[in-house]
Amino acid sequence: MHELGVVFHIIDDVTKVGEENSLTDIQSVTLQLGTVSTVIPSYLKDCWEWAVKKTELLKNAELIIEPIEAITFCEDCKSEYDTIKYGRTCPNCGSGHTYLVQGNEFMIKEIAGS
Amino acid sequence: METVKIIEIKQSVYESNDKEAEKLRNELKERGIFLLNLMSSPGSGKTTTLTQVITKMKDKYRIGVMEADIDSDVDARTIATLGVESIQLHTGGMCHLDADMTRQGLQELTDKSIEFAILENVGNLVCPAEFDTGSSMNAMILSVPEGDDKPLKYPLMFSICDLIIINKIDVMPYFDFDMDKCIENVRMRNKNAKIIPISAKTGEGIDELTRYLSEKIDNWRE
Repeated sequence: MHELGVVFHIIDDVTKVGEENSLTDIQSVTLQLGTVSTVIPSYLKDCWEWAVKKTELLKNAELIIEPIEAITFCEDCKSEYDTIKYGRTCPNCGSGHTYLVQGNEFMIKEIAGS
Repeated sequence: METVKIIEIKQSVYESNDKEAEKLRNELKERGIFLLNLMSSPGSGKTTTLTQVITKMKDKYRIGVMEADIDSDVDARTIATLGVESIQLHTGGMCHLDADMTRQGLQELTDKSIEFAILENVGNLVCPAEFDTGSSMNAMILSVPEGDDKPLKYPLMFSICDLIIINKIDVMPYFDFDMDKCIENVRMRNKNAKIIPISAKTGEGIDELTRYLSEKIDNWRE
């Protein structure tokens, strides 16, 4: 939804880390992205390709995305289920008292550079 | 041959903004400035609601308004006719404001002694919910024609708001909008938010809204 905006945030954060570690060329940036994080991987990659070309440090950097599966927990029947398939209503007992255990992550995991 | 170093970061993409927002919030608290971050879909009546609120509150507080839009300054000009300072922030295509942009906006306000700053965020129920602006209060407007099921469709927005204003209640008879159902849907995602139904057009509910805001502003500035 706001892929370009977040790409700028990632570039800022990674540039800071790169400079602190005296890197001159960052080759890859690895993200961990939950499947219900509202960020679409293919759009993110398109924005990334466009935005990194404008930088010196990241112009060759490949974006690697590690997906994290979305899991929801039901407070009533204490079961876990697939969020993408069933949403907020528990498929086991029909309860709406559920919360997301994982799947909305949007983390910068690591970078590789020289 | 150059060696490639792997550097572990393990940081949320939102973390640097969250830190910046917390810093801004603390600074504003010190300076006695209450910042309201107002969010909604396009066309929910943000500017009309603000017109009502500002008219009722401008004698009590020094008010400054920041209008965020992708382009144009129609909203800023409307607000300026009320006699309060109003600036337009152009987001240049971005779908939300972050803490840095909010800080820049506050610096652009020429009145440095404002007490009540209002940020009219970009009309959007998705992205603004992800980015903390450093505000003292997050508020959103849901208007009747949008439907009572909006809280189910945009859960994050409804879960981060301290105040939910339900606008255009004057047209409720013409829409399939069930107020009780709407409140129930909000409560599923947010047990604590204050909910105030209003009509910015007829003025219904505006007194309750301004009383609530005044109380929060006075607490913040104590």
